[in-house]
Amino acid sequence: MLRYSLKRLLSLGLSLLAASAVIFLAIEVVPGDPASYMLGINAQPDTVAALREELGLNVSAFERYITWVTGMLTGDFGVSYTYRTPVVDMIGDRIMISLPLAIYALTLSTLIAFPAGILAASKRGTATDVSIMGATQLGVAIPNFWFAMLLVVFFAINLRWFSAGGFPGWDKGFFVSMKALTLPAISLALPQASILARVMRSALIDTMNEDFIRTARAKGLTKRQAMWKHALRNAMIPVLTIIGLQFSFLMAGAIIIENVFFLPGLGRLVFQSISQRDLIVVESVVMLLVFAVVLVTFIVDIAYAAVDPRLRGRS
Amino acid sequence: MNFLQIENLNLSIHGTPILKNVALSAAKGEIIGVIGESGSGKSMTAFSVMNLLPTGAEVSGKIILDGQDLLTKSEPEMCAIRGSDIGMIFQEPMTALNPVKTIGDQVAETVLIHGKTSRSKANEIARDTLNRVGLPAEQFPLTRYPHELSGGQRQRVVIAMAIALRPKLLIADEPTTALDVTTQAQILDLLKQLVAEDGMCLMLITHDLGVVAEVADHIVIMKDGEVVESGETHALFRNMQHPYTKALFEASSHVPDKGDERASKTPLLEVRNAIRDYITPRKSVFGKPQTFRAVNDVSFVLHDGENLGLVGESGCGKSTLTRAILGLEALQGGEIRIHDVPVEAGTHMPRDLRRKMQVVFQDPYGSFNPRHKVARLVAEPLHLLESEPKGAERRQAVEEALIEVGMQPADANKYIHEFSGGQRQRIAIARALIIKPNLIILDEAVSALDVSIRAQILDLLADLSSRLNLSYLFISHDLSVVRSVTDRVMVMKSGQIVEHGETEAVFTNPQHEYTKTLIAAAPSLQDALEKEYT
Repeated sequence: MLRYSLKRLLSLGLSLLAASAVIFLAIEVVPGDPASYMLGINAQPDTVAALREELGLNVSAFERYITWVTGMLTGDFGVSYTYRTPVVDMIGDRIMISLPLAIYALTLSTLIAFPAGILAASKRGTATDVSIMGATQLGVAIPNFWFAMLLVVFFAINLRWFSAGGFPGWDKGFFVSMKALTLPAISLALPQASILARVMRSALIDTMNEDFIRTARAKGLTKRQAMWKHALRNAMIPVLTIIGLQFSFLMAGAIIIENVFFLPGLGRLVFQSISQRDLIVVESVVMLLVFAVVLVTFIVDIAYAAVDPRLRGRS
Repeated sequence: MNFLQIENLNLSIHGTPILKNVALSAAKGEIIGVIGESGSGKSMTAFSVMNLLPTGAEVSGKIILDGQDLLTKSEPEMCAIRGSDIGMIFQEPMTALNPVKTIGDQVAETVLIHGKTSRSKANEIARDTLNRVGLPAEQFPLTRYPHELSGGQRQRVVIAMAIALRPKLLIADEPTTALDVTTQAQILDLLKQLVAEDGMCLMLITHDLGVVAEVADHIVIMKDGEVVESGETHALFRNMQHPYTKALFEASSHVPDKGDERASKTPLLEVRNAIRDYITPRKSVFGKPQTFRAVNDVSFVLHDGENLGLVGESGCGKSTLTRAILGLEALQGGEIRIHDVPVEAGTHMPRDLRRKMQVVFQDPYGSFNPRHKVARLVAEPLHLLESEPKGAERRQAVEEALIEVGMQPADANKYIHEFSGGQRQRIAIARALIIKPNLIILDEAVSALDVSIRAQILDLLADLSSRLNLSYLFISHDLSVVRSVTDRVMVMKSGQIVEHGETEAVFTNPQHEYTKTLIAAAPSLQDALEKEYT
């Protein structure tokens, strides 16, 4: 198990290094010089040259790459071309919204999906199953921003239980902040929970048809016991895969929901930075998201091994 | 009243009758063999006793175990009976165990679920039971996982789970079918010993007459959901009444008419010092990859018109050798020649070489694309010809190949799911024949078939080989089949040919220790019955 974890950890490091090179190269080939962009079309060539010097754009690409990578290792992500503030501060503010939002949404999604999937699988073919599957079908089909607007109309405008958007800041208290994130988290969780419940159900039904379930039944376990004691853990592998993918998506893919609820999250930051050619911010945020994805993959890999002894190797 | 008494058992699933008036009985300490081909209802009889039938099943009649009618029991009552009074063993040991739980937990669960003891006592019982089935604590601690065990060892764990509470009745559904002959012999010995020690009743379900003849006290023969004949084992075989019993008996020891001696001295396939290494996963990220030698210095010659057998247990390298001969994988040493032209995998194999050999695989269900019609499936190898026939000519070639294997020309328009296992294997042979190869490699080609179907396919193969002057490389784990169809035989173990000679000579007078073990372990109907007469 330790050996397996170390191997995974090594591959995590290598993935990050490879990703940083790819991101840097991709940004290099994007047309548009940040200096001329910042100064506008009427800028004098010598002004642009001076700004390029100041931004550190005149050294070779390799040197800039090294500076960027070593900087990130020490927590220095550079200075935004547009706002002239340290990138690390900009990201720091945003991540304090995006990360809790992603965790909140994923928790909700899991809390909805597990019982729904297990219930549907154990009552396969009954009205309960058909209703749950119908609901999840709807959940997958409804665009989450539209669902978000429905939530706003109903809970914020009609019932006035929640505010329609914005974020008060964590210094205003944990519950106030969590309350502000509740509607966005629900709208993000709905499609995710629907997908996860369907995966949970089909994984569980597949596992219930395995030979070892028949063996368990022959030992005298009831169908229910066989499901809880034998099928559930075996059905977790595909479920974990989906959870991992969903978390990565939630970190960066929340941009539409952030816009609906006026949340200053990472998604909006990337969007703004791209439109302003603030390439250093784009690079850093993308790198950060890659780090999140790689880290989640690592955690999922470890969870696989915890669930399935065949992956641990002979220890 | 017998200890186990089944009367008038009728079963239908979604209205389709599966069992009709099945009756059988067995005494305590007795082994009752239930024999039948696929679809005969033998497994469904077992599942009726366990009351583990698929949804939509309707069952009537009586299943009386130790004075209690099991069919009147409620589901909770049956849960208390399963595992405690009745244990069951299944065919496929590789999938019968939960891969994420230790063997100790799984054996102890039988004890715990019936609420008889504490966890520590249950673990103690699990340990004792594993010892009993031949898995001692030093090599097989309770913390082992199923994937760390071989097929035979896993089957022992399944047996341990079934007998942990010393049930009155043990049902074994094809318990050795998926195992090698030597492992099969060990498992059968173990079952016999457990029956003798515990005095339980064993219901042994199998398609293999050799296995039951060696083990069972009583035999029940089933066909299409009905019992056609039953009685004391040796008496039944001495005095077979029902035509189906006779047909089954003949089919299981069927020797096809090989025809005249046709073997010439022209070498068709030559394998010289073949070596095939596999790269195994590296131990550490930067470590050197290890190799595993699957085929080690194998040499042999197969002449035109000759039938050569290759026998060996799973993992001995016979399939790897097949893939190398077919040019699907490259050798790491030595060479393979067909009519003196080297077979080179990796690069594109010349068509005129490729069309000299074709292959028929074991699984008649998995070896066809289900979305193509038979005409397209059978015509597939035609692209190996220099001028590929088109239109009516192509159609004619397909129809001729189908007629050759005893199918109808109209079958070309059907899909593969419309055919039975035996018919599919005929179609697979037609696919191999269509380009008139010199050599057909039969990789366990009859192993998945019922005995009566197997006999028909063996006859077909013998007939084709003498009419079309075909050579076969016949690969099988089934010694009796190899003995009945081949001229020469090779015995393979751990990647090496350990014995090689005329088939009859090897079987009557084996030289190598391994060959002797294999032959001794193979259940033989004749031997079992002869033992009784002398």
